[in-house]
Amino acid sequence: MSAFRPIARRMATALPSVAGVIVVTFLLTRVLPGDTAAYFAGPAATPSAIAEIRAKLGLDQPLPVQFLHYIADLVHGNFGSSLTTGQPVLADMLARLPASAELIFIALFLAVTIAVPLGILAALHERSWIDHLCRVVATAGVSLPVFFTGLLLVYVFYYVLGWSPSPIGRIDVFATTPPTITGFFLFDTLIAGDGAAFRSTAAQLILPALTLAIFALAPIARMTRGAMLSVLGSDFVRTARAAGLSPYTVVMAYAFRNAVLPVITTLGMVFSFLLGASVLVEKVYAWPGIGSYAVEALIVSDYAPVQGFVLVMAVLYLLLNLGIDIVYGLIDPRIRLEG
Amino acid sequence: MTDTLRHARHLIGENPVTGVAFALFVLLLLAAVFGPLLVPYDPLATDSSASLVAPSAKHLFGTDQLGRDIFSRVVAATRLDMTIALSSVIVVFAAGGLSGIAAGYFGGWTDKIVGRLADTIMAFPLFVLAMGIVAALGNTVTNIVIATAVVNFPLYARLARAEANVRRDAGFVMAARLAGNTDTRILLFHILPNILPIVVVQMSLTMGYAILNAAGLSFIGLGVRPPTPEWGIMVAEGAAGIISGEWWTALFPGLTLMLAVFCFNLLGDGLRDIVDPQRRT
Repeated sequence: MSAFRPIARRMATALPSVAGVIVVTFLLTRVLPGDTAAYFAGPAATPSAIAEIRAKLGLDQPLPVQFLHYIADLVHGNFGSSLTTGQPVLADMLARLPASAELIFIALFLAVTIAVPLGILAALHERSWIDHLCRVVATAGVSLPVFFTGLLLVYVFYYVLGWSPSPIGRIDVFATTPPTITGFFLFDTLIAGDGAAFRSTAAQLILPALTLAIFALAPIARMTRGAMLSVLGSDFVRTARAAGLSPYTVVMAYAFRNAVLPVITTLGMVFSFLLGASVLVEKVYAWPGIGSYAVEALIVSDYAPVQGFVLVMAVLYLLLNLGIDIVYGLIDPRIRLEG
Repeated sequence: MTDTLRHARHLIGENPVTGVAFALFVLLLLAAVFGPLLVPYDPLATDSSASLVAPSAKHLFGTDQLGRDIFSRVVAATRLDMTIALSSVIVVFAAGGLSGIAAGYFGGWTDKIVGRLADTIMAFPLFVLAMGIVAALGNTVTNIVIATAVVNFPLYARLARAEANVRRDAGFVMAARLAGNTDTRILLFHILPNILPIVVVQMSLTMGYAILNAAGLSFIGLGVRPPTPEWGIMVAEGAAGIISGEWWTALFPGLTLMLAVFCFNLLGDGLRDIVDPQRRT
């Protein structure tokens, strides 16, 4: 039971951030220039028609009242409607969220499975070729524009080598879309037992996920290397070595367990990058996620989806950070004792 | 001063990468200032007879869909990209740096407000917030500058706050206060000059991010409008060519963008070694 107290306390500390996020998204929608009512009314509207729409949208009320209406709308899940699709923004986003989530989580998984071993090896063999490789990867990862990496991968693997399918969407147009259970096509196709659709999904997913992973693995590799270096130099590792434990036990059980904490902290920053970069990757690969939804809306000046998108992304990011903190507390017993 | 120079020369000798980055930086500056005057073709001139020509002696980087010379466009774009990045860094230096040192120096309410503001910005995925700001403020280059400055605000505010906080009770600050200087004067003429080198390193490091951010925004169609030459929008325009094999339309602007970001990241690391040797990695 006592393990839940710190978690509850941590969730309470997220509340000011939630309030801040809501205030900022409200400000982005209302206070800034551009007359929403005139926009909705269209170019040919008379002043009285604009005033009528303004009253209908509640824009003639004082700001604090508008803010309360805004919160009431959010509580009821009313994010407004998209002018392009004609659907409520929330329904559109919920339909598209799994595509983005699948892409981001697979990318994170790829990044961690590449970056963590790379960082450990780089720390174990300081100044060797693998250390230099780690540094090059870390610097290149933060310097490469993610949309450019995406296009390069498409050129090499689709146009030159012909290994990957045309970079459009989540699944081949001729394959059958699996019935929605989890929303993650990789799982849904497996549950449906459709091997061909699973392969098609995986083939479509690998390039965009790799693009995002290249971007995300830089900070993870750098942090793993740094944390491992400082832990490997500590007394308890020296003692473990002197006691004759196998190098594998020393590195994995003694050193890495302690080095994993700063790496987990870095994941918060990595998620900020990943969520932002996923927008660009979705555009490059015509991936039907919430990022490309927002970009499509932006192009035609359809603002409700963009605002909904910003809010959903911020909430997602808050939840991820909360998750990271909880995992951190579970891994590090010192935090639990203090909590 | 000569000591610093000698130290800098030593570091560059030991780490030639910083020297290369500095040379690249000078090249970028020259391209930004003189580029539009030196390019072989008008970056906006279309030529339907020379559409999608592969790189050759006549067109070093080839031509795009409308027959515009990509080399000329890439060089001409330097000015706009550098201006966006530099102005956003200057804006955030002024806003974030000053409110940060005020927060660190005064503490109390100032500190709470600045801290809360930084936390709120950090609660968003930064690129997403930048998108939202440009969408709300309007689709212009100025707003790209503002959005990039806003998302970098927490970094500068926190850095300046920490540095000012450790100096608020330092001997030279006490002496300045005793001599009857006002708080504003102490902040601007005693504390600010002391933390300037560290903030300048930060500026160099965030220049790379600012360029990436601006290019990313224009890649998705925010801010810069065609036919203006800008690296991000050029990559977006060349994206269609990638699938049909016209690799040069996206490759050259993308590579240039990457080199510019690389240059600022390396330069920042090098500068940090000179200014703040303890933080060397």
